Amino acid sequence: MLSAPNLDYALLAPIMIILGAALIGVLIESFAKPAWRARLQLVVSLAAIVISFNQLVRVRNDGSSIAAVTSVSVDGTGMFLQGAILIFAFLGILVIADQDNFVSQASALPGSTEEAAAIQAGKQQTEVFPLTMFAVAGMMLFPVATDYITLFVALEVLSLPLYLMAGLSRRRRLLSQEAALKYFLLGAYSSAFFLFGAALLYGYSGTISLNGLTDAIRGNAGNDVFLLLGIIFLSVGLLFKVGAVPFHSWTPDVYQGAPTPITGFMAAATKAAAFGATLRIFYLGLDAAQTSWKPFIAVISVITMIVGSVAAISQRDMKRMLAYSSIAHAGFILTAIVSLNQNALSASLFYLFAYGVATIGAFAVITMVRDSAGEVSDVNRWVGLGKKSPLVASVFSLFLLSFAGIPLTSGFVGKFSIFSAAYESGNIALVVVGVLSSAIAVFFYLRVILMLFFTDATNDSISVVIPSILTRISISISAIFTIVLGIAPSLVFDIAQDFAYFLR
Amino acid sequence: MSILTSLQLLPLFGALVIGFLPASNAKLVKQVALAFSLLVTLVSIVMAISFDRNYSGMQFTEVRTWISAFNINYAVGIDGMALVLILMTTILVPVVFLAGWNESENGRWNVKVFYILLLILETMMIGVFSATDVFLFYVIFEAMLLPVYFLIGGYGSGERAAAAMKFLLYSLFGGLLMLAAVIGLYVISTNQGGATFDITRLSQLNIDSTTQNWLFLGFFIAFAIKAPLWPFHTWLPTAAKSATAGTSTLLLGVLDKVGTYGMIRFCMSFFPDATKTFTPAIITLAVISILYGAFLAIGQKDINSLIAFTSISHFGFITLGIFALTSQSLTGAIFYMVNHGFGTAALFLTAGWMIKRRGSSQIADFGGLQRVAPVLAWSFFIAGLSALALPGLSSFVSEFLVLLGAYAKYPVAAILGTLGIILAALYVLLAVQRAIHGETPASSAGITDLNLREKIAIAPVIAILVLLGFYPKPALEVINPTTQTIMTNAGVSDPTAKVVK
Repeated sequence: MLSAPNLDYALLAPIMIILGAALIGVLIESFAKPAWRARLQLVVSLAAIVISFNQLVRVRNDGSSIAAVTSVSVDGTGMFLQGAILIFAFLGILVIADQDNFVSQASALPGSTEEAAAIQAGKQQTEVFPLTMFAVAGMMLFPVATDYITLFVALEVLSLPLYLMAGLSRRRRLLSQEAALKYFLLGAYSSAFFLFGAALLYGYSGTISLNGLTDAIRGNAGNDVFLLLGIIFLSVGLLFKVGAVPFHSWTPDVYQGAPTPITGFMAAATKAAAFGATLRIFYLGLDAAQTSWKPFIAVISVITMIVGSVAAISQRDMKRMLAYSSIAHAGFILTAIVSLNQNALSASLFYLFAYGVATIGAFAVITMVRDSAGEVSDVNRWVGLGKKSPLVASVFSLFLLSFAGIPLTSGFVGKFSIFSAAYESGNIALVVVGVLSSAIAVFFYLRVILMLFFTDATNDSISVVIPSILTRISISISAIFTIVLGIAPSLVFDIAQDFAYFLR
Repeated sequence: MSILTSLQLLPLFGALVIGFLPASNAKLVKQVALAFSLLVTLVSIVMAISFDRNYSGMQFTEVRTWISAFNINYAVGIDGMALVLILMTTILVPVVFLAGWNESENGRWNVKVFYILLLILETMMIGVFSATDVFLFYVIFEAMLLPVYFLIGGYGSGERAAAAMKFLLYSLFGGLLMLAAVIGLYVISTNQGGATFDITRLSQLNIDSTTQNWLFLGFFIAFAIKAPLWPFHTWLPTAAKSATAGTSTLLLGVLDKVGTYGMIRFCMSFFPDATKTFTPAIITLAVISILYGAFLAIGQKDINSLIAFTSISHFGFITLGIFALTSQSLTGAIFYMVNHGFGTAALFLTAGWMIKRRGSSQIADFGGLQRVAPVLAWSFFIAGLSALALPGLSSFVSEFLVLLGAYAKYPVAAILGTLGIILAALYVLLAVQRAIHGETPASSAGITDLNLREKIAIAPVIAILVLLGFYPKPALEVINPTTQTIMTNAGVSDPTAKVVK
């Protein structure tokens, strides 16, 4: 006889509130007047995020490994990342609300009469809100899921809306659609890898739960070939999502093609969610088999850091450059997985948060720099921006300095903490590579700052649009976080330390 | 809040006040900036008077928790070495303000930004010499590059953007190597029973020799780039050529001292064994720097490049003095740092005035300056004499101490170093002869002499050079106890003791 599963609703509520808001969003799309939709959607989304965050804060001390039988373990790491994802979503939605970035009617072919008609009619893209909320729900589930099935479901829930959202750009639609298709196809591949790995691990341990996997490894229960293959396939799926080399090739294309607000949100939140799951799988599930995967991940980490930093140098497109920089950052965080110690865990939580906030801010700034044909992401056309809009250029430089890890920004503290954890675990080679690739990375961040401030504008066609109040709030919050966490990192670091634990 | 912290925050507060002033009123901005910098000088002199010169440890200490997760503190304190360097800084800043009263006006940004950057830089310069927490030191060490970057790129001349970029990339590269070493030290301290960044506690760590060598290199390369020592010097001439005279003064006079200061404060006290291991190699580099800098200085046609190369030569002397590991040479090196600060200031500022008046920085474009602008010419002459370490000027005392101390242990290096003095006479006197003496070409006839403001600016610098030349005792008295402490910490003793036996 089947008995109803025991669910801890208080702990699951943050995810469910977001899912609920997504469903309400769908209803709004169906029933509300077009003129009201954008405003309604925005209010519902933001309210849901705030309520969800509030609920998360209320249950912060009641972590449980059996929140939904054995499928979900809402523990410190999970809750911290859920909170971070909610903050990213909040900042992201504020930028997404600027309708100018999105196509009026996604179903209309680029250049077709339908498209022209949709623009004529002033149609607005509001489906993006419920899509975002679905993605957020998936992202919140991904880092707390503890069995392969739930992990996979969460992975798909977070990915599918993102595939769509990547294709919604108003301008350069073909590029955007190409990005969406590429992202979808490669994402589907990586999901298949993930599933295949999960199946192999199931074959090895006879159970779908990560805890069962640990027990099986400790008990030396199964065939090690399955274990090893399973780890490799599962890792490929995860490494694809975090954008590690050699599974990174989608990143620049998708980052460039997707509407910029989506890129910012995706870069920040997907990374947090994917690293959350990766941390859980390696720290909790595969801890006992560390000798078999550590060298593999260490090598990936090294090439990710180097390739990300070196390839970014030759980029001429701001969004592509930040894409490669995000790859390099993924490499830095991967060192924390190899370190496999308590400090690395808290360091990577801090890093993900600091990086995410700065990323959303940086992409939000990119949405503001435009010419008559829309956004300008060509690096060379940003020259002299410091003269025209000193404030915008300064804020953007601040984010770049944070990415570069210059002291007194949040990025420096993140880098310091992650490298010190790696050194502590004895992976000194990783620290050296990390430091050297940071040195390479500094070059291209500084080159942009140089262009902004020290080069005179050659043409006057680009300008900074006056941002909507929402974008302005988002950028301001990101900038404040970036500076404050550079000067007083304890504010978040202490929280990250308290929450850096997993429950079995 | 100790007087040291107040001293650090004062310029920052000044920068804040200037932030609220109207940008259109450039005169007011300058006056407020000058007032704040003079106030800082005053406070630092008060601090120097209450400094106990018989006590060899850190004074005016203050410790506050900053990042508890890593045991990082805001910890400051000064010993004799830090005191003289801070005094040099606080005296040079108002001099630079006065001397370059108008140099901020043709910049990329307005006058306000220039003084805000300079005052922030002053806060950091004081902070970097007073930090007794390695993390705090590192943060300031790196962060202070940014104001300089913007000062060179925004207010310099010529290839300023490229020069700024080169400067920053070199420094950041060194800084990142140092970061790895700082992390290493921190982790070792964690493993040895107490995570800390405190300088004193870190110097008591027990580090095996291989690790020591690597960590030493991490620190040393960063400092050698900063100092700059051959072959890490290539950023300096381009930066000095492009920056304004005031920025160059602070860059070479103060910021580069952080390199040699760091060698003494960190390399020697944290890694005594590695210091001994690398000493021969570093002495070699130092001697190469002395000679290389001097030879290239002779060939320079541009005044600012000339000064930059003389500095490379002088930093060679300082490094030689530090790593000769005798108390005489070390005291000499620390004193040298101060004298070089003032000497370079005199050179850059007078050269800056000459360049501004003539509209060219080529030595060949000058001549017979003596006749049209005697005060300017004499000031440049005295600055030059200070660079060649003429007896009676303070640089002679320090150079003599360095060579004397070095001779006891490394006679060959000391003798080669003496060659540097001869070359110095050559490059200084050649430049002086070409620029000041001889016929006054028609193009230079219109050069006016120093005005009152400029005279007031250069007077204290020359006064200090002369006073400390005849009476170096006050400075040496403050430096000596520090030298003894450093020597004891590094576990080295003077070779002269053997002779006495």
